[in-house]
Amino acid sequence: MFDNLPMAFLIGGLICVIGQLIMDLTPFVITPAHVLVGYVTTGAFISALGLYEPLVKLAGAGATIPLSGFGHALAQGAIEGVKTKGLLGAIGGGLEATSVGIVAAIMFGFAISTIFNPKG
Amino acid sequence: MQTKRLGKQTLNFHIPVAISSFASIVGPMEGKGPLGKGFDYVLENDLDGEKSWEKAEQKMMQHSLEIALAKRNYHLEDLDFFLAGDLLNQIICANFTARALGIPFLGLYGACSTLVEGLIIGSMIIDGGFAQRVGVAASSHHETAERQLRYPTEQGIQRTMTAQWTVTGSGAFILEEPSSFSEIVITQGIVGRVIDMGVANAMDMGSAMAPAAADTIVRYFQDTGRKPEDIDLIVTGDLGNIGRILCEELVLQKGFDISAKFTDCGVLIYDPSQDVHAGGSGCGCSASVLAAYFLPQLLEGKLNNILFVATGALLSPTSTQQGETIPCIAHGVLIQRINKEG
Amino acid sequence: MLTEQELLMKINSREKMLVNLKDKSDTEIQGLTKELQKDYQQAIFLEAKAETHEERRKYRQIRNRIIDQQNLISKYQQLRYRSLIKRSAPKPPVLKNTIAAFLVGGTITSLGQILLNFYIWQGLTFKEASTATSITVVFLGALLTGLGVYDEIGKVGGAGSMVPISGFANSIVSPALEFKREGYVYGVGAKIFTIAGPVILYGTLTSVIIGLITYITM
Repeated sequence: MFDNLPMAFLIGGLICVIGQLIMDLTPFVITPAHVLVGYVTTGAFISALGLYEPLVKLAGAGATIPLSGFGHALAQGAIEGVKTKGLLGAIGGGLEATSVGIVAAIMFGFAISTIFNPKG
Repeated sequence: MQTKRLGKQTLNFHIPVAISSFASIVGPMEGKGPLGKGFDYVLENDLDGEKSWEKAEQKMMQHSLEIALAKRNYHLEDLDFFLAGDLLNQIICANFTARALGIPFLGLYGACSTLVEGLIIGSMIIDGGFAQRVGVAASSHHETAERQLRYPTEQGIQRTMTAQWTVTGSGAFILEEPSSFSEIVITQGIVGRVIDMGVANAMDMGSAMAPAAADTIVRYFQDTGRKPEDIDLIVTGDLGNIGRILCEELVLQKGFDISAKFTDCGVLIYDPSQDVHAGGSGCGCSASVLAAYFLPQLLEGKLNNILFVATGALLSPTSTQQGETIPCIAHGVLIQRINKEG
Repeated sequence: MLTEQELLMKINSREKMLVNLKDKSDTEIQGLTKELQKDYQQAIFLEAKAETHEERRKYRQIRNRIIDQQNLISKYQQLRYRSLIKRSAPKPPVLKNTIAAFLVGGTITSLGQILLNFYIWQGLTFKEASTATSITVVFLGALLTGLGVYDEIGKVGGAGSMVPISGFANSIVSPALEFKREGYVYGVGAKIFTIAGPVILYGTLTSVIIGLITYITM
């Protein structure tokens, strides 16, 4: 049950390292928000080319937990949607596939910000 | 009629203006810093029992002025004018403090140079005979400034090496006509020019502000004909580690070597182990360090005079997001000890 | 006061001098700056005293040429200052940051893997387990942000804690928490998507583009 952990660690760590290098080596105009947006869109495009799925097979959570995995889910959702619902699926498929994740983020985000106060 | 001005930018007050009292309040982190013992009051936490950080900052500014008055047994009515400013949009801390005090008020904004802007205008008011006694205050608060200018405080952001840490602190000063009790006085002021050398990175304020500080320091020497040797210490407000080095270099390029007697409040207020990267910044940085560290040294006679130059980065969140470069300003005052024997 | 012709001559003759600013001494550049200031003032005088709009427009063009020349000088000075900054600027500890990002990022994703294994062991399909894992990691990220811990992890981990989906949760909770004092509509409601908004916006648009391309090419 734990033999897939090293691969998840390695790939997950490496995906984060790319982000760190972008932060450290690019000019200040590239902010964390830019990096996150970049991860999702790049992840989606790589996934559309069929290159992200092998990474998920190899590393499991190592590839799905980084934000590029969110892009992967969006892209696969859209492709899947086209296959089952045609044009409507092309438009809605991405969000349908990720809706649970997005709603969870909104739900928990709201709940936590209601309960806690910023510590500074 | 121009006898009160030297050269282009230096004001030469006819009657030296006494700093009769002063007080400083800082946050817990500054209290743990190397200058911790000098501050009059250290807050236990950043909220200080208030509902918001903005309220806490406002209370801090008001309280520092009240302490400064109380030290000389002055009442609020003894103040003719109150001059103050802070970093928040529309300087709400200063405005709300003035609301609480109920004395004639001039709100100032010079970013982190606000304190010295206030000291200069306050001295002009007294030298001009418009008032007997003027209160000057400036404050900043780490959390209120960060959330307005940079990121939410709970966001997991790695700060860059050039980033400075906004000081939670406030300093208040009472200026008045000199009397036989007066020990420290402001004799000269330098009104700075806005300088922009094309730095746009809001995470590198030291580099942005250094040219403004250098311009003001050089201008002071040129206007007065003085040399760095004539001054015991040149202190800048919040250039931090990086800006301090740059400023020294820029002043040297103009032919004045100040390396032996140059320091910066932003460098002094924190210990390197406090992980603040390039040092402290904010109105409260220069204000609290002047009150807690330099004026006491003047009183004790360890220093005879200092050129105190506070720098301000005149940016806004809007200008930063639109990619504008950062215009900067630096104002200075010459603070002297009155030699009682002489 | 200069006439239009004299002013134009001055501007034209200066054009060549401004090409090689590198060869000029500081005093020469200062002289140029002063001269430009004077010319600018002259151009303004001409413009102010012009009688027709056409004339005024013509003088304005002259003034714009002077502004261009002024910009050349300030660009050059800024460039020189930038090289001075570069010399004294501290370099980010790239190696240290990279190792920290690797370790923190790897730890978070392998925690995710443990959760994933657990959910699969509970009988969920890979896809369901993957979604459940994401939700759990988002919850943990949000909770740690509320407890004031996630920003401390971020200080060390950098991208290692920002890129995993727990960092996405942090970017949702931190502005919402911070702006709670501005109320639940303009504070929490409006700020909660400060960073998540762009991510969801561009993510969704990308998925639609991919969907459309798939639809067309099918």
